[in-house]
Order: sequence, then C-alpha cells, then structure tokens
Amino acid sequence: MARLIRTEKEVEGRYEEVWLVVEEDTLDQWPAGPRRVVGRPAARKDGPERARGEARYTADILLPGMLHAAILRSPHAHARVKRIDFAPALALPGVRGVLGPGDAPGLVDEAGFNGAPVAAVAADTYGQARRALRAIEIEWEPLEVVLDPEDAVAKGLLTVEPRRYERGDFEQALAGADVVVEGTYRTQTVLHNSLETHQSVCEWIGDTLHVHTSTQYIWGVRAAVAEGLGLPQDKVRVVCEYMGGGFGSKNDPGEYTFVAAELARRTGRPVRCGLTRREENTAAGNRNGTIQRLVVGARFDGTIVALGGEFVNAVGWSGWCSSTEGPMQMLYACDNVRTLTHGAKVNTPPMKAFRAPGFVEGTFGLECLIDELAATLAVDPLELRRRNYASSNDGKPYSSKSLDECYALAEKHWERRHEVRSRSDETWRYGVGMASQIWYGGGGPPSYAWTRVGSDGRVSVITAMQDIGTGTRTAMAQIAAEELGVPLDRVDVVLGDSARGPYASISAGSSTLPSMGPAVRAAAADAKRQILELAAQRHSVDQGDLDIVDGSVVSADGTVSTALEEVVGLLGPAQLLGKGARGPNPAGMSVLTFGVQVAEVAVDVETGEVRVLRVAAIHDVGRIVNPLGAESQVEGGIIQAIGHTLSEERLLDPETGRTLTTTLESYRMPTIADVPEIVAEFVDRPDEHLTNLGSKGLGEPPIIPTAAAIANAIRDATGADVHELPISREELLRALEEARRRAADGAKEPVGTR
Amino acid sequence: MPEVRLVVNGAEHVVADAPVGMSLAQLLREELGLIGTKTACNEGHCGACTVQVDGVPVLSCITLAHTVEGEVTTIEGLREHPLVDAFVRADAVQCGFCTPGQIVSAAALVASNPEPTRREIRHRMAGNLCRCGTYPKIEEAILTWRD
Repeated sequence: MARLIRTEKEVEGRYEEVWLVVEEDTLDQWPAGPRRVVGRPAARKDGPERARGEARYTADILLPGMLHAAILRSPHAHARVKRIDFAPALALPGVRGVLGPGDAPGLVDEAGFNGAPVAAVAADTYGQARRALRAIEIEWEPLEVVLDPEDAVAKGLLTVEPRRYERGDFEQALAGADVVVEGTYRTQTVLHNSLETHQSVCEWIGDTLHVHTSTQYIWGVRAAVAEGLGLPQDKVRVVCEYMGGGFGSKNDPGEYTFVAAELARRTGRPVRCGLTRREENTAAGNRNGTIQRLVVGARFDGTIVALGGEFVNAVGWSGWCSSTEGPMQMLYACDNVRTLTHGAKVNTPPMKAFRAPGFVEGTFGLECLIDELAATLAVDPLELRRRNYASSNDGKPYSSKSLDECYALAEKHWERRHEVRSRSDETWRYGVGMASQIWYGGGGPPSYAWTRVGSDGRVSVITAMQDIGTGTRTAMAQIAAEELGVPLDRVDVVLGDSARGPYASISAGSSTLPSMGPAVRAAAADAKRQILELAAQRHSVDQGDLDIVDGSVVSADGTVSTALEEVVGLLGPAQLLGKGARGPNPAGMSVLTFGVQVAEVAVDVETGEVRVLRVAAIHDVGRIVNPLGAESQVEGGIIQAIGHTLSEERLLDPETGRTLTTTLESYRMPTIADVPEIVAEFVDRPDEHLTNLGSKGLGEPPIIPTAAAIANAIRDATGADVHELPISREELLRALEEARRRAADGAKEPVGTR
Repeated sequence: MPEVRLVVNGAEHVVADAPVGMSLAQLLREELGLIGTKTACNEGHCGACTVQVDGVPVLSCITLAHTVEGEVTTIEGLREHPLVDAFVRADAVQCGFCTPGQIVSAAALVASNPEPTRREIRHRMAGNLCRCGTYPKIEEAILTWRD
C-alpha cells in the first residue's frame, strides 16, 4: 500500500527534506552469502552487443533528414554580447537555422567562462555548421574576470552562503591537545572525459519531443526539458539505451539538448547536437579545484580531540558547492570539529558532479593530515585509525558499518610494507600507505520496476532506468532470476526509454543498485506470487507449499514438480505482470559506505617519478550482487583515481581563462600501461536495515581514498609530505626538499615516545 | 566529389560522392552504416576508432577515406573473433564505447603474436583509452582469448 512520508533524500551527499510516496518493503532479506544467482559472478547481459559494436549509443543515432548543430562559445572568460548578426551565417550553404542568446535554455548573453554557449547553428552537415559559426558577427563587451578562487572569496564572489559547521568546542580542544598538525592541501580541476561526449538528437513527432540523449538520468532530463520548453512532461520522451560513460557529468539535459530541441522545432527536422572532444574539455563540467587548510589536535596516545578545516571550492561560474568538509565531519570519532566552506564563483567552466564530488578532494586532505599525525606521534597509521573509530554519525546510528572488518582484511596487505620498503636503494625508494573512505550510497525511493513473465517462462524486467556502463542490466537480471527461481539466461532487462517503463532512479550517487535492486526484487516477488497462485489452483494444492526452483514449480512434499512454462503456459498468448517499488530508507539511521585502500609505490628521489605498484581495496557496501562486476567497479575507480593523483590536470591560461588542455593528448588520462596490480575485496554482508536487498552502491567508494593512500605511501617511502594533486614531479621534488630541510633541522622527531 | 572504392570486411563498396577530406571513420559510419567503429576524440588520441587496414591497426578518424589502399577490417568483420567472447567473459566491457576499438587492436595483436606477454599487451594496447578503467580485464581477456 502506498504511504506518504516526510523524509530526507540524499543525492551525492546533498540532502533535502521532501514528501515521498513509498510502498512498504514486505520481503525479508535473503540470508548473507552467495545464492543461486545473486552473489555469484555473472558476465554482462549486454556485454556481447557492446563488444560486437551492435549497441546503439546516442552517438550512433543517425536519423533520416537529420541536421547537425554546432554551438558558438565565448572566447572570453567574462563578457556580454553587445551585438550579434546571423545574416552572414544564414547566407552560407546548408545552413537551416540559428539560435541566439535567450532562444534556448542555456544560450546566454552574459558569458561567465571561456567556452560558455551563446548561439547555435543547424546545417546539413556538421562542417557547414562549424563554418557558419565563424561567419556570425558578434561584438563583445568585456566584463571583470576573476579566476583565482581566494581572490573571489576575498571579494565576496560566492555561489552560496559560507557553510559553517561546529560540534563540541573546537578552540578549547585544540588548545588542550598534546600535538597539533596543520597543513594546506590543494586539489586540481579534473575532467570527466567520458568517451562518448555529451550529446542529444531531438526530433518532434506530432506534439511530442523525442530526445535521444547520453544521460545518467532519463527522468531528470524529461522533467528539465519539459520545464525549459514549457511542455507537459508526457510530451517529452527520453531514450538512452546505451551510453558511453558519465561519471556524474550527465545528470541534466545541458544546453546541447535544448539547442537540438529548439532547432528541431524551428526547422522541422531531427537535429543532432553533440560536443566535440575539445568542447568536452572546455565546457562540459569538471571536478572543481579546492584549497583546504586543515588542522588536527591529538593526545599522545593518538586520540584525536580536535579537527578543523577551512575549505575553498573553486566552483566556477555555475555548479554546486560540494561537501569537501564531509570526510572531516564523518570519518573519525572526534567530539570537537569545526569546518567552514566557501564556494568561490570564478570565471571558469562549471563544476559538475564527478564520482564522489567533495569527498574525493576532502579525503585527500584529511587522510594525508591523519597520516602526518601518525608520523608525528610515531603511531602506526592503521592503529591510529582504529583508535579513532567512529561508532555513530554525529550521534545518528549507522544502518550498518563494517569498516573494522575492512581494517582486519587490510592487515595482510599492510604487513607487506616491511618487505616492500626493503626493496629501496639510493635512487628508488619504496613505501606503503593507506587511507580510509566514507561516503553515501544508500539510494532511496521512489523507484519502480515491472516484471513480465511470458507463457514460455521467460522474464522481462521493465523499468525506465539507464545503464551507464556499471552493469545495471546484469545486476537487475540477477535479482529477478534469484527471486523468481529461474536461470539468469531466462531474464532480460528492458530499460532506457521513458515511454516504456515506470519511473526509475538517477544513476548517480552510487544509488542505482540500492534504489532499483529492491524494486526489481519486489516486482519479481509479485510475479512469483501470481505464478504460484495459478499453480496452486491448477494442481489443487496450498499455495504456501509451492516454490519455484531452477525454473520448476515444486511443492514441499514433492507431489508437484512441473516446469514453469507449463504453469505460465496457461496464459496462452498473454503475459503475467508483476509490479514493485523501492521501500523507504530506515528512519533515523545513517546509510553510508566504508572502505580502506593500501597502496604500494616506488619513488625515484632524483627525478620525482612515482610508480604505483599495487593497490589493495577493501570496501563495505553491504551485499555484493555480482562479484565480477563489483571487482570491475573497484578497478575502474582506482584507475580513475590514479589519473587524478598523478597525471590529470585541467590547465587554464591565467590571463584569459582559456582552457589549455583541450585534447586527450594534453589532458593525460591513464592508459593500460599505467595500471598497477589491483586487489579488490569486500566484506559482503547485507545491511540488515536497508531494503529487501541489503546492498549499497559501489560506483563511487573506490575512487575516494586512492590519492591519499598513494600520497601516504610516498611519505612512507621518502618522508616527503605531498600536499597537492596531481602529485607532479615539481610537487614531489618540493616535498622531498622540504623533508630534507626538516630532517637537517631535526624538527620532525617523533613525539609519541616522549 | 571523387568516388571511393574500398574493400571492407571482405566486401567491395563504392561510394560515388565522398567529399575530399572525409575521414575513413565518417565513411564507415555514415556512408556504409558500420556504426561499430566509434569516434570519441576525432583527432587520433584515444583509439576508439581503430580499424585494421591489411591487418594493421589504423586510427580511422584521422585517416582520409580517399587515401586508403588496403583491405579494411572493422569490428563488424571481427564479431565472431574469439576475443569478443573473451572480453565479455573477463568483464572487459563497462560502458563499452571504447570496446570495439580495443578488440580491433587486440585482434591485430594476437594475429601477429598469439601468446603475448602482459608487457607486450600493455605496449600494444596503450593507444586505446578506456575511461571506465577496464584495463585489468582487457589484459585478462587477451591473455585468455583462446580459452
């Protein structure tokens, strides 16, 4: 039965209080451990079509009569359009339509960053559209440019009011601490660079707008496009069957969707609008840079008594001020915490969510600081983390937490440090470092799924969600197969179309599995109940005695054993429909994910070269549905993290705000040759308070602690405290020099033995 | 506009009106409908558009269609290659956008060296970027492609 509740809804660490209609979650969780299908490795349901090049991405939607749109972007970091003349562009061959500032949501007359979209052209070919862009006559009025985030904070240029948090008495606790360690940490701007760029193809059929788009949130695009164009939501159909990566950057429609939709309306033709790789690196959003001034006070025994941080998020011209302070508030037991966070509004490209936004940056600062504290106290870093183990989230109980077991599983990797260090010689120093992780990832309602069981005993799971490459189809099929008692190969998942299935969760915030999985299980259970009702009548037995096992309907006493298709065959040409919804999250509890990673590195102290040799990751995300897919998520997260730790950095011209790293040659992402040995382990215990499934999300947790684990391994190897991402050779040589000076001054004697 | 004659996956194709400057990738995708070849950067940096010309991996996004003289093999011509199954088995496919290019590169590798070492795989596959980070699984797939 539907129930109305008032609850907190969390996405990417942002909470809002909302009314929610939920349905009760009446199913008991399955016992822990691998089951017949769930908890066992499964190859991807959609692996073959993707590998064979048959899967049709938005990039592959080529409609008859389709026009190509190109977007005119500001060459200034901050300027206003004074005059714009499209006549020379309209005179060019192939040009079919133009849009100026205000003609479509997203096209603006005040460009707040170099690359901001201001106008667009549709032409028969993309080349003609680009040529026409160059012919548009445009006069700019330059406005004041602020690129430095601290400059912006000083001038009061903020995206939101400063965010203050305090518990306990920070000042007093810090004053009373035996040891105080301080540090300033900086993280860089990082680009998502999904291999499929942001793009949409829009087409009007009757009064309905069909939007093919590469998105992480079909329903969010539907709502935003409807609102932006003044349409009823049901007059917007959003389709995304396969998409080529998002990592947080594809949660909303973007100007390209509105440009395609409006040009399609004006020309009466389908219009494609896709970003080039260079636009992707200039204007598609990014993980923002941060400056973090952090301090920790502790007792000699390692008990942390005070944590403080002042954070500046260089948000850019738009975007949100993510929770860089979150890890400091949540990861450790500490009664006295004070944070202050500024979101600087600067004339740089917009912040967009990027795989655990805020927590990736904040965990780098915090976990380096904690390791520096361990070095200062001469306490083992693992022991220090255990001594400050948090047993509640600011007083709120956890729905489940097995970080202690992650630590126990990490011991064997941590023990390797003695052998690893012993490989060091004068030039190459070896070391091992660790860092912990906390993050959200509990998902939530609303999310719905249907199951359709045909008379041949095959099952379709139908829900209008998207599979962004995380293995969603496979996990959903496993859950339905498990509940229905049928082999995995009898289940297909139909998704990716707002007109063909019920509302489904965003694929962001590690929420897909914990939001959708329980709804799919409920839908499968509903279908199963109906099948057993049929079988009970057909065989004149009590429904309670029946079950479905390996595709057969069987009774407890063995008198009934009949193939599923014989029961559902009674439906003839028809089908049986099951319906399921995601129940509420546990009231009054914090649903969080945890983990720890141990990194091994080699550092050339002469050149500053860092090689990551091995990363062991142990995460606690509740029940694991597909161990093979889970391992892939961990590997992918760590590899992306190695990118932002060692090589990736979006560079801007400090004078003009123009992006300098616009290609995949200058923006250096990891290749197969940069990948260390990666070991992925899981606690794999269902969260007994969370849904009928007990699973949390895994998309984001693995990317969170890697940078700090690598930095801490560098400290272990060399004594150098790196404070900046990426850990360039310049930064490493600076830190090495600082460590040498400190050693010469004798300033960093451990104090713990005093 | 001069015509292009090409042998693709064993079949001859004639495109009568290919504009000069058209890339091989564009011709394959837009003229021949072979959409398995993806373009992700369109400037030769990522490897997603890899096809083979006479068995040699080539970046089709920066290859002019009119200059191609050899026989072209795309992912559509490699669909029955054991590497496809090996990639799926090893879970070397996440979003899958780079995967066809990876398989085309890998197929050229195993054709010339059926038992490559990890080191050789890393060397020969380093031109194919994967943002999802399937690299360990790609290595696994190529090591086990004949299993």
